[in-house]
Amino acid sequence: MAVKPPRVKVPKKATKGDLVNIKTLISHKMETGNRKDKKGEKIPRLILNKFEVKFNGAEVFSADIYTAVSANPYIAFFHKAEASGTFNFTWTDDKGKSVAISADMAVS
Amino acid sequence: MKKLITTAIALMSAGLLVAACSAGDSNMSAGDSNMSKSTGENGISDNPDAWSGYQTAREGVRAMNDDDFENPVMPYVDLAANIYDSRDNKGNISCADCHGAPEDETGGRSGIPMKGVGASYPRFNADTGKPINVELQINKCREERQVEKGFKYESDEMLGMTALVNYQSRGMPVVSTAANPDDELHSAWQTGKDFYYQRRGQLDMGCNNCHEDNAENIIRAETLSQGQSNGFPTYRFKWQKPGSLHRRFRGCNKNIRAANFNYGSDEYLNLETYLAWRGRGLPVEAPAVRK
Repeated sequence: MAVKPPRVKVPKKATKGDLVNIKTLISHKMETGNRKDKKGEKIPRLILNKFEVKFNGAEVFSADIYTAVSANPYIAFFHKAEASGTFNFTWTDDKGKSVAISADMAVS
Repeated sequence: MKKLITTAIALMSAGLLVAACSAGDSNMSAGDSNMSKSTGENGISDNPDAWSGYQTAREGVRAMNDDDFENPVMPYVDLAANIYDSRDNKGNISCADCHGAPEDETGGRSGIPMKGVGASYPRFNADTGKPINVELQINKCREERQVEKGFKYESDEMLGMTALVNYQSRGMPVVSTAANPDDELHSAWQTGKDFYYQRRGQLDMGCNNCHEDNAENIIRAETLSQGQSNGFPTYRFKWQKPGSLHRRFRGCNKNIRAANFNYGSDEYLNLETYLAWRGRGLPVEAPAVRK
């Protein structure tokens, strides 16, 4: 399967003190581990279990994700703009494989 | 605290909070009921009673539909945009080499822009004498120019490519003149129409029994739509991924316990031709999001 890049929406510019809305969307099956295949055998769990956001190296948001989260998780949060810098978004799945993307924001 | 955050995220994924957060920043307001109505040229439609499933979708679904960021088909469109620009094939030619950028209205070297494609297909294919839809046209190009095997129907690549192409026509009214006896597509239209009204399967139902006689009525927990095709490829929560119109046809056929046909089969191409005419004037909503 070809890899679909995750999407993040970060405003390019923000005024100091603003609350900016950061949105993220990633394509993932989020296989719960509770389903069975046609032979009646369990399909192993494969979900994204960790989502982390770092801003200039410091963690600003993170989440432990469990099986109740549906496929293609959409996660949004607010961030108070204080300084210019780079957001690094990382999703990690059950096999330890991670996908990362970064986005810049300039604060004036 | 950890537990709280997890719950909040679960809710967001389900699209509940999504509705509350984003209703304000979408371009098309969810309350605008004209959005899903047939308009036609110059605002005058010969098909004023048509409406798309957008009309009966809940607010949260509409918000996902309207916001190009939240729309879960968009990662597929991003994937397709890479394929569109890639020369990594035996023909050493990219889609962009002939057609220009997807949003380029002049259509690059070939003069065939992607804008308007979603609104005017299926078209008549003179080579085969049959209708051709966007999926098959993409594969035709891929086989003839790029000398590669066509994308598989329902593959991520194919869904992405059709979504990318149809997305360029978003908001344009669907055009079809197939009902005109002089039109090349007329015989396909007629066969498609017969298919539409033909009762079939163990439940002995035609398409019209649900989508004409009972449109807007409730079937189990769902509101029946008119079964319009203007939003495909569509992301369905049930599928948890986008699907083509032919996948929807197969699902419908299966639901009435009828034999379904293959992806890209003549039966479904004819039906697609008829449906395009049936939804003429409706704005292209692809890639749409539905329950």
